[in-house]
Amino acid sequence: MNLLRMFTRQQSGAAARERLQVLLAHDRASTGDSELVTKLRDEILRAISKHMEVDAEKVSVKLERGIPVSTLFVDVEIPHDAERKAA
Amino acid sequence: MGKVIVVTSGKGGVGKTTSTAALGAALAQNGAKVVVVDFDVGLRNLDLVMGAERRVVYDLVNVIQGEAKLTQALIRDKRVETLFLLPASQTRDKDNLTPEGVEKVITALKSAFDWVICDSPAGIERGATLAMRHADMAIVVTNPEVSSVRDSDRIIGLLDSKTLRAENGETIEKHLLLTRYDSARAERGDMLKVDDVLEILSIPLLGIIPESTDVLRASNVGSPVTLADGRSAPAIAYFEAARRLKGEALPIVIPGDKRGLFGKIFGRRAA
Repeated sequence: MNLLRMFTRQQSGAAARERLQVLLAHDRASTGDSELVTKLRDEILRAISKHMEVDAEKVSVKLERGIPVSTLFVDVEIPHDAERKAA
Repeated sequence: MGKVIVVTSGKGGVGKTTSTAALGAALAQNGAKVVVVDFDVGLRNLDLVMGAERRVVYDLVNVIQGEAKLTQALIRDKRVETLFLLPASQTRDKDNLTPEGVEKVITALKSAFDWVICDSPAGIERGATLAMRHADMAIVVTNPEVSSVRDSDRIIGLLDSKTLRAENGETIEKHLLLTRYDSARAERGDMLKVDDVLEILSIPLLGIIPESTDVLRASNVGSPVTLADGRSAPAIAYFEAARRLKGEALPIVIPGDKRGLFGKIFGRRAA
């Protein structure tokens, strides 16, 4: 048996607890609004499109769940000639 | 008027049927009149665990559809005379359960028995919601494992919204039954702790059933574990849980905690 591994291995029970706490906080809060990210993506895309031409495929909106805060990642790829086209 | 209990979990394979049989038998062994009702229409198993599979003639669906009387469908246990089983249908599906039909059956059972224990099917669909519909009390069976805990959380949400009591603004008593608890894994820190699960689900603990081959052995011979070997660790845990159901305040011992130094050194299994 790998003795070093036995002593250095992290206990997985604690990891299970932490993952569950994050997950359930969101399960409980967000039932009913699973469409939130899709809605946000559409509205963000509409707002940007007013000012520049962007490819809908190149806009990514992701929600990473955490405690006490979650992070919303908005990644928009803007081509160099976007402003010129819109203008 | 008897009490209606639903044994539920969301996730399958956590021990609902085993627990229904063991708790039902434990209560009946102490003299109460008990009926265990299988709601898993299409995938019945409670009859097998109870050892009554060859005696099923009529089932819950027959009674609901008026093809048999309730008294014809009830099967009396051969070992404990105050213990009865109402089996589920094996051939039909859950659509044969109607809310009105279920209500009629439960009302009739409540007036004849001290305890009506409903074994819920897994999932959150019709079968599961009908099984919990008329419950006064719920036993949420959970394994100390992430997917089981998550599903239990979901079921607790349903109990608080979809049951008759919830709809009438009353509370439904919920109890956590932690099953398949492996003390060796707990000791290594590779399992959710009892306190973790309690903190996450925040419902009171009814008991902790240790993982044991006694449970498997009992189901092999078609006997609730409390009848097969009343002195085995899981049987003792179920007997105590049954007493807590009746309102007794018994302290809960976490399996493995009693183990002395000798057990700690020699009882540990190599990973």
